[in-house]
Amino acid sequence: MITVPLHAIAHARTGDKGNRLNVAVIAHHPDVWDVLVEQVTEERVAALLAHRRPSAVRRYLLPNLYALNLVIDDVLEGGVNAALNLDGHGKTLSFLVLTLPVTVAEDVLATVRTTLDARAHRP
Amino acid sequence: MAPPLLIGNGAGFSGDRLDAAEPVARTLIARGGKAAMTFETLAERTLALGVLARETDPDAGYEPALAPLLRPVLGLCLDAGIPIIGNFGAANPRGAAAAIVRLAAELGLAPPRIVVLEGDDVRDVLDDPRIAWEGGARPARPIIAANAYLGAFPIAEALRAGAEIVVTGRIADPALALGPLIAHFGWGEHDLDALAAGTLAGHLLECGAQVTGGYFGDPGVKDVPAPEAIGFPIAEVTADGTITVTKADTPGGLVDRRSVTEQILYEVHDPAAYLTPDVTLDITGVTVAETARDTVVLRGTRGQARPPTLKATISTEGGYLGEGEISYAGPNALARARLAASTLRARVANLPVRLRIDLLGLQAVFDSDDGARGGPLGPDGEVRVRLAALADDRATAEAAAREVLSLYCCGPAGGGGVRTSVTRRVATTSALIPRDLVHPRVAMVSP
Repeated sequence: MITVPLHAIAHARTGDKGNRLNVAVIAHHPDVWDVLVEQVTEERVAALLAHRRPSAVRRYLLPNLYALNLVIDDVLEGGVNAALNLDGHGKTLSFLVLTLPVTVAEDVLATVRTTLDARAHRP
Repeated sequence: MAPPLLIGNGAGFSGDRLDAAEPVARTLIARGGKAAMTFETLAERTLALGVLARETDPDAGYEPALAPLLRPVLGLCLDAGIPIIGNFGAANPRGAAAAIVRLAAELGLAPPRIVVLEGDDVRDVLDDPRIAWEGGARPARPIIAANAYLGAFPIAEALRAGAEIVVTGRIADPALALGPLIAHFGWGEHDLDALAAGTLAGHLLECGAQVTGGYFGDPGVKDVPAPEAIGFPIAEVTADGTITVTKADTPGGLVDRRSVTEQILYEVHDPAAYLTPDVTLDITGVTVAETARDTVVLRGTRGQARPPTLKATISTEGGYLGEGEISYAGPNALARARLAASTLRARVANLPVRLRIDLLGLQAVFDSDDGARGGPLGPDGEVRVRLAALADDRATAEAAAREVLSLYCCGPAGGGGVRTSVTRRVATTSALIPRDLVHPRVAMVSP
């Protein structure tokens, strides 16, 4: 087993509404779906964003899409129209979530890497 | 059974690329068949900015870039019978309609048939005790704008009445696409799965390039061909609610499982209950399949009954934001930047503001325009100090920002590149409004 940033096995996108942030985390390969379910938990995401004091983290699973949706309340320090942060939308926070360390079997990681490389060299 | 409808999107926000729409229109025409084109230019606070603009110019208040957005496609769409639906009316749909009439004249086109959709402004009914306010109470600060998100059926009504262009203010973003689908297929209020599919199609289209490789590139992980020329999205929707996402024929962008999945969940909370004025969308059963290059097919959308209330966005005065930035570079730059930050904190301590100070950046002022120098990082790299101070009045915000400017002569050694600004802020909140308080109405305003 090897520990890597979540960025090695998943991609993500944030959206904001008011002071609520959502981060969709999507597996790069079906073989890492279980890793997302087991390791990208509400508790770990809340801890990762503790400095922004989330009032709640709710996780929704979408196995059809190999995706999970994290809904994180009150981390935008007022939201885009009240925050002092340069990124008041919290748009960059998807990549903070992608720093979460996850532990993956080495052969599974190799499978993900092969998939990404195949995508990277489209004819 | 009615043939499919193609829907292209030419803008995903106010500020989007002005050359994106024309390839969409040309691709729709080349593919043939029935088509419609949408423009989404209205973020949460954009409408309030339109209200403020109208205070100084009664003819303003609609999308400022309306003419450059539509100029490349207006003649193409009118000639081809492709209706245009946009929320570029913002705070002044009739003003936008007048601007389109002027644009058509400038281009030598006959006056198009334009319908405006109004009734989203709910400022007059905010005293109703049944309104459920976010946070439990009506905001204390003066209200600038209050607009309910209208649904898709009035758009369909406008199209059935022969509209070539439908101009709206606040509307649920997916309704821009759902409206022409309702008009095309004759869906009713109880065709919930169909309305849900149309809503998902609209949701995928509403942010423009975000489904075709925009807001997506991550070198070595998610590479996007020609990101300077991304083709904006086109969705084909069939009578049974199958959605096929493709893109305009340009060298750039992509449509694949990843780009589509990211956009499915964009700004979604509970994926089993995405609330819109027309239907409650359930995407938990949706399947995504890549069937050809830059072609993704979605099936399995389900709909439940629409919610009993309409959401409204309420914009209030939000004070004034003063900002200032200054750079330090070279030996001991980080320490000098921290000294500047602590100096600013002490100088601003007596002002009634909410304060934040950032240390930004890895490289900027040392580098050439073409970035030839690159890094170094760490304590001897390059740091930009940013102050942000939110105040109730402009003078206080200016006083805070001025403290960054005065660091030129009073601050640490070698500070440079000061920029300061003061911005009037608009705060937003939301409320749930009973439907009987909201009266959408359509009016043919041209010719």
